[in-house]
Amino acid sequence: MLRFALGQIVRFFALMVAVSAVTFVLVAASPIDPVQANTGQAAMLTMSAEKRAQLDERWGVDEPVWERYFAWAQDAARGDLGESLRFNAPVVQVVAERAGNSVLLLASAWVISGVLGVALGVLAGALRGSLLDRIVRGYCYLLSATPTFWLAIVVLMVLAVQFGWFPVGFSVPIGVSSEGVTLADRLYHMVLPALTLSVTGVANIALHTREKTVDVLSSDYARFAAARGEGRWAIVWRHGLRNLALPALTLQFGSVSEIIGGSVLVEQVFSYPGIGQATVTAGLGGDAPLLVGLALATAALVFAGNLVANLLYGLVDPRMRKGAVDARA
Amino acid sequence: MRAHEVAASAGVTVFHEPHARVLEGRRLLLIGLVVSAALLVLVTGVGAMLTSEASATDFTAKNLAPSAAHLFGTDWMGRDMLARTLAGLSTSIGIGLVSAVVSSLVALALAAVSALGGRRADAVVSWLIDLVMGIPHIVLLILISYALGRGALGVCVGVAITHWPSLTRVLRAEIMQLREQPFIATSRALGVGGVRLALTHALPCVLPQYLVGLVLLFPHAILHEASITFLGFGLSPETPAIGVILSEAMGYLTAGSWWLAVFPGVALLLVVLLFDRVGSCLRRMMSVEEVQL
Repeated sequence: MLRFALGQIVRFFALMVAVSAVTFVLVAASPIDPVQANTGQAAMLTMSAEKRAQLDERWGVDEPVWERYFAWAQDAARGDLGESLRFNAPVVQVVAERAGNSVLLLASAWVISGVLGVALGVLAGALRGSLLDRIVRGYCYLLSATPTFWLAIVVLMVLAVQFGWFPVGFSVPIGVSSEGVTLADRLYHMVLPALTLSVTGVANIALHTREKTVDVLSSDYARFAAARGEGRWAIVWRHGLRNLALPALTLQFGSVSEIIGGSVLVEQVFSYPGIGQATVTAGLGGDAPLLVGLALATAALVFAGNLVANLLYGLVDPRMRKGAVDARA
Repeated sequence: MRAHEVAASAGVTVFHEPHARVLEGRRLLLIGLVVSAALLVLVTGVGAMLTSEASATDFTAKNLAPSAAHLFGTDWMGRDMLARTLAGLSTSIGIGLVSAVVSSLVALALAAVSALGGRRADAVVSWLIDLVMGIPHIVLLILISYALGRGALGVCVGVAITHWPSLTRVLRAEIMQLREQPFIATSRALGVGGVRLALTHALPCVLPQYLVGLVLLFPHAILHEASITFLGFGLSPETPAIGVILSEAMGYLTAGSWWLAVFPGVALLLVVLLFDRVGSCLRRMMSVEEVQL
């Protein structure tokens, strides 16, 4: 167990170092001048040389990449990821604040899409060839081809603009002081983004679960159970779910990356101030420190998802328990 | 009379009756494949010819709802949305093609290296896969496009760099299996080196899987191109691209110009579905298990 934990910690740090180095190099290679991106063309022209030099220094334009990276890494090791140039606040603080808004959104979309996906997949697989199966499959194929941001636009257009049932954007009502915002307000603003994200997230897991259910039901043990007199749903319940759970869990924890990716688009459409929207803002505004911080944060989330999947294997699958530690460490 | 009909009249259950249905199924697959591919070529060709119409403004016909003259309506500059959508699709398909091809070549090369290059190469490649899969695609795309100063090049490189891991895994597994085959062992024993082995023996064997993987990469590539352009990192606002059209449409949502967003999105969805259809037709035609279905 200790070896497994140590191995994971080493892998986590290797990943963090690699991700930060890669993002750093990418950001440094950019021809986009952060000073110009943030001051604008007109201001650049009228600016005095001293002012320009001062800004260059503040944004760290002139130092070589490696020097900046090592300086950054030293600070990062102490938990200081630098200052966000765009938001004028420490990166850690910006990421934490944005992540706070996103986590509830991501988590609810993740849970809803997982539960719904497995349920639909099992139903479609058990009733293979039925009308329900066809509907579920058609829905999944359609959704996996649907651009997430377009779906978000359509949802916004129909439910928020046309019917006016939901707010058009943001995570809190406009014109209300932060003390006056209730939890209900937040949830109300979260409904549409969460809905969009979960609807798109269902496709993948439902299709895989369906395949797996079909496999299970055509297996020898399912046939034997049927010969013993068990009904279809009893077989699914007693023999199917355990076998289904494993790939479903892997897939769902592996989809953390996709859900975060989707949230970037969805948050942008709904102007929802989460990490996704912050990534877009940072990218468009040339906010290098924040970009690196956000890349690290998302990579850490994805890593956590995979780690939890690995740990859950052991809980769900008794075959993995014995000797699993050595096999994976 | 078919076998099952004979059997039914004789009161016997037939478990396996391949021939007639196989031919029928395969012919259907082929038709599906050809029709979808032809449609895609048509859209690309027509779109490429309409590039100038797509940016032609007509201020006497602003913000028109869909009608016979403008099937998809017009935008606030009087540009015909049908022409814009088709031109945009053509741009998207072009970029999708380039980046999917590059990405699949990367996948092929890395799969060969990892399967045939020994344990160390394998470890490096799988670590690379973990690294690329470890950051959400969109975030990585934003970073790459930022690094390359936005624009078409950034999108192409970004999509090419982010899309190879899954295909690499598939191809690696295929080549791994091949490695156990006697003919590979024989040529190894005869002193055939790594590169030649990969090119003359491994490559032809994985070609079908490679082609299918390539075609199935297109939809992802196109969707990601549109997404990243929508966010403002991809193609410049002057190019007619679906991402640009949709991000512009965002500004007119509350004004009730629903056609600006609905039709281009549906068109993109259809193109993605068509590519998906071509890919799955190809896969089913090539898969050994389904030949008998």
